Amino acid sequence: MGLGWILLIFVLSALGTLVLGLLLRWVDRKVTALVQWRVGPPWYQPMVDILKLMGKENMMPVTARGTLFLLAPIVAFAATAVAAAILWAALFYPGATFLGDLIVVIYLLTIPAIMTIMGASASGNPHASVGASREMKLLLSYELPMLLAILVSVSRGGWTFQLGSLISAQVATSPTVLSISGLLAMIIAILCMQAKLGQVPFDLAEAECEIMSGVFVEYSGPSLAYWLMTRAMLLAVLPLLVIVVFWGGLYPTWWGVLTFLVKYVVLVALVTLIRNTNPRLRIDQTMKFFWFGMTPLAVVAVILALVGMREGLSWL
Amino acid sequence: MALKTWALRKSLWVYHVNTGACNNCDIEVLELLTPRYDIERFGMILVGSPRHADVLAVTGTCTRQAMPRLQEVYMQTPKPCVVLAVGSCALAQGIFAESYHMGSPVDETIRAVDPNAIILYVPGCSPKPEAMISAAVKAMEFLKKL
Repeated sequence: MGLGWILLIFVLSALGTLVLGLLLRWVDRKVTALVQWRVGPPWYQPMVDILKLMGKENMMPVTARGTLFLLAPIVAFAATAVAAAILWAALFYPGATFLGDLIVVIYLLTIPAIMTIMGASASGNPHASVGASREMKLLLSYELPMLLAILVSVSRGGWTFQLGSLISAQVATSPTVLSISGLLAMIIAILCMQAKLGQVPFDLAEAECEIMSGVFVEYSGPSLAYWLMTRAMLLAVLPLLVIVVFWGGLYPTWWGVLTFLVKYVVLVALVTLIRNTNPRLRIDQTMKFFWFGMTPLAVVAVILALVGMREGLSWL
Repeated sequence: MALKTWALRKSLWVYHVNTGACNNCDIEVLELLTPRYDIERFGMILVGSPRHADVLAVTGTCTRQAMPRLQEVYMQTPKPCVVLAVGSCALAQGIFAESYHMGSPVDETIRAVDPNAIILYVPGCSPKPEAMISAAVKAMEFLKKL
């Protein structure tokens, strides 16, 4: 494959993910409105929001460290776009993946959170620094159970860190989720996904009525638009990661495409439903939930998977 | 340019500033988010920071203490932005007009820092949510000419 093709695929997948993510944001807002007996915004609303923010003034507080403040949203956006390209490539051409791309994707999906912390710290606003410290603790709490949950699928797929062979291992036998350890791991991964997206039970970094949008308080105009686009793309990318790692990816038949769409919609609907039925947790409750609830559960799932592999019990 | 103002009209984000109101207008502003009025149909949402806002919904009499703060919040809002002066107090300081602790009315306070500010007036004590929706629609009409 030439460099031109790679660039073309990258641009197409980034744009596609962006549009898909903005549409999913609308689904999120519309379902929230319906749950609250409202009508809700029209389908193009998130795109109009981005357009409007792009046309507005970009203000910089005098206390901010300019370069990092403006660079952070762009780096976060770029990292999410690259992660999206790798995941789509793994879905459509499982043969074209490279060794260790799962690790690359995990690293790339951590960058938005780190950039949020750095951008918020660079803005020099006390609300933003409270938000940054919460985001940091949130990152520390959800990252370990997420990695352990992914380890379950990796070990069941024969210790492969390649997305393509992870999918083909699941096609050869059965999806990871159809086993006790896999089911546990996927539930943990869905809860970690909620925290990674910053959706409601874990939205304490940008608590709107508490610390005035927290980490994003000083961002305005185009730089805020980049943050919103990053968030929208994450909403499209993270369900994709869960499907690839735990739920068998995309089979190249019409039935496979249909089930893939159903899986995708189910995961996105879960995010919205969890968001609409839960109050916000405090940061200490969140850390207790992930460290003393989810991490031991993830360890149990890993042990179950290892025992199942040793004894040859594929359902374990 | 046309696309820019169209997008601005379709997605007005509101930041709510209280400059010493009795809380009546504030309750009426929050009423806009309820199922009966549902202002999100027009793409309007309440945001937590003036940096994200396109509309400042100012309630209250604008006391001497609140005056410099209101000017500061106005300057922190990225332009173009619209100011909605909500309620009799924000229009002309209502029954508190002659009191010792009054600054200037909301429009004069904001014109002191920006003579070309876009200010819309919503009279009433307190104004009905329908009046505020009508003001929002007028703001959208005005932004067409921008």
